[in-house]
Amino acid sequence: MAAVAVDGLWRFYGDYAALRDIRLEAGEGACLALIGRNGAGKTTLLRTIAGFARPGKGEVRIFGKPPRDAQTRFRMGFIGHGISVYDELSALENLMLYGKLYDLPDPKRSAMEWLERTGLERVKDGLVREFSRGMRQRLAVARAFLHNPSVLLLDEPFTALDDKAIAVLQSLLRDGLASGKTIIMSTHQLREALELASHVALLVRGKVAFHGPRTPEMVNDPGWVYARYGEG
Amino acid sequence: MRLVRQVLTIAAKDLRAELRTKEAINASLAFALVILLMFSFAFDPEADTTREISGGLLWIVFAFAGTLILNRSFAREIPNDCLDALISAPIPGAALFLGKAIANFLMVLAVELVSLPIFGIFYNVHWAQQPAQLFGVLVLATWGLTVIGTIFSALTVNIRLREVMLPMLTYPILVPALMGAMRLTAVLVLGKPIAGDDLSWLKMLIGFDVMYTAASLVLIETVLVS
Amino acid sequence: MRDKIVYVLGCIALAILAWNTYTIAFLPEETRQGVVFKIIFYHVPVALTAMCCSMVALVASVLFLITKRFIFDALAVAVTEVGLAFLAANLVTGSIWGRQIWGIWWTWDARLTSALVCWLLYAGYLMLRKAIEEPTQRATFAAVFSIFAFMDVPIVIFSIKWWRTQHPAPVFWSGGSFPPDWTRHFLWNMLAMVLLGVVMTTVRFGQEQVQREIDSLRREAHAL
Repeated sequence: MAAVAVDGLWRFYGDYAALRDIRLEAGEGACLALIGRNGAGKTTLLRTIAGFARPGKGEVRIFGKPPRDAQTRFRMGFIGHGISVYDELSALENLMLYGKLYDLPDPKRSAMEWLERTGLERVKDGLVREFSRGMRQRLAVARAFLHNPSVLLLDEPFTALDDKAIAVLQSLLRDGLASGKTIIMSTHQLREALELASHVALLVRGKVAFHGPRTPEMVNDPGWVYARYGEG
Repeated sequence: MRLVRQVLTIAAKDLRAELRTKEAINASLAFALVILLMFSFAFDPEADTTREISGGLLWIVFAFAGTLILNRSFAREIPNDCLDALISAPIPGAALFLGKAIANFLMVLAVELVSLPIFGIFYNVHWAQQPAQLFGVLVLATWGLTVIGTIFSALTVNIRLREVMLPMLTYPILVPALMGAMRLTAVLVLGKPIAGDDLSWLKMLIGFDVMYTAASLVLIETVLVS
Repeated sequence: MRDKIVYVLGCIALAILAWNTYTIAFLPEETRQGVVFKIIFYHVPVALTAMCCSMVALVASVLFLITKRFIFDALAVAVTEVGLAFLAANLVTGSIWGRQIWGIWWTWDARLTSALVCWLLYAGYLMLRKAIEEPTQRATFAAVFSIFAFMDVPIVIFSIKWWRTQHPAPVFWSGGSFPPDWTRHFLWNMLAMVLLGVVMTTVRFGQEQVQREIDSLRREAHAL
């Protein structure tokens, strides 16, 4: 059973089909890079897989169950465009909040652990609104990894990250893949993504134009997939 | 039970965030005072007639000031995309709704309890005659206001002109609850017990609260994941 | 084919109304209120039609939430708009009536006040729809609001009735009598109003379906 399976997925805005008959799979330990032009449907697809929106037709299965299933949500992590932490709370309070929501046995300990891993332990009691941009991004990463999800869905995670945050995230993703996590990330930053990716899927106008393992040609020339399978 | 813990976690989070900045509570309190001031120009504070309509005036103040707090309810999740994290967390939509509703309820009630003695002083109205019953009416009507305000805050969370839309949608639905609250408050302020016909108002308030709480708990998931 | 049926129904409705109005004009005047009492032949049927509209809106909203098919959303908005128009007619005829009887343009009569609150409720529904761009979200949120609004209607009507018994205000029906043989004309008008409602809803419904198709084509064009 694949970790993430998308089967015949359609998603409509009114009568317009933003996603058409998407079929994808990602196994454990796989990292799928979702690429495509703006408006191709990457964010829509990711959010539908994450369960933020219901499919019009077709199914999404995470470990065989729908994404909104209670057990599935324990094992899933999502990083969108925002950092998803509260400005008015401290770093520690934010992580403890999510620790409690995810029913962790010792929220405080897990929170402290992740603050250390992302280099934020010295500002643990500082309010997020006083953080620098890089610190906010690292806290966002800590929040997503806090409950040790088996499936990570990341929407353009490397965009607007500073170098330190990119390094932290890449290291965490690499460790996660090694321990069997499944990662699906949409991206414009082909180079950073292709370093980690084991598979690549190209979305063109809501359809999957290419889906397969990462090849050396792709790493050498990230534009190769677009040129070969895309439409200009 | 896990559900109770989740509800309390959400409620605590909302309260903590609000008490840090106190933006909404301060605005709400200030607004209440300003309305009370304006009423003193519109109605003669000394007259007996004002005392009779004080029940009605009070709930106008509470409805308007309360909306400032209720508006913030789901709006506070929009910066930084926190709503996404809450929706993908393994808590039922009902728990999220209930947690927020409880936090809102406590904040609106706090503003009301502060406004009440001030109103009493300004308009020479004796609120303390039947404190237990008055508190009961306050709780029932405020819960109705809170439930409707919270679910509609979710409905209007990312639309244009949210601050205008929320009152426009909320007040017509609240008409029966506000009428009940006004009637019961007026009766209590005049020193009379709630009896006879007025008991129907009490029952209606309770029914209103139960019905809309149930409807909100059922429909919140549809609103969050559409 | 559907257009022809709608056209024919519309003509029938208007014919009934015209003929009925002619007949009503020649009915004897009511003793205490005079000729204006005959406004009841219009004032009440439009209110009842508006109530039918709100029930259809509820069913359509619930069906949309269950099936996610936009045809029900189109029906919901069409029937709500038509209901709003009929309710407005109720308010206007009530206002005219009040002006003739008591010389004031508005009385806080229980039924009229309830109609006003319900009008505001459903006007809110339309405002909510206008403020949401994304079609699925708009339809879903509007459906939820429609359910809340419908739940409120009976409570509003009863609350305001209780309130008015405790704070009396002019009541329209207190001074009039309704002869039994007038019931026939009343029912004809009722039929005409319902037919008119069906015609208007069908037209608006068709318009909404076309609009949705245009919107999706526009989106498609932008994507290219």
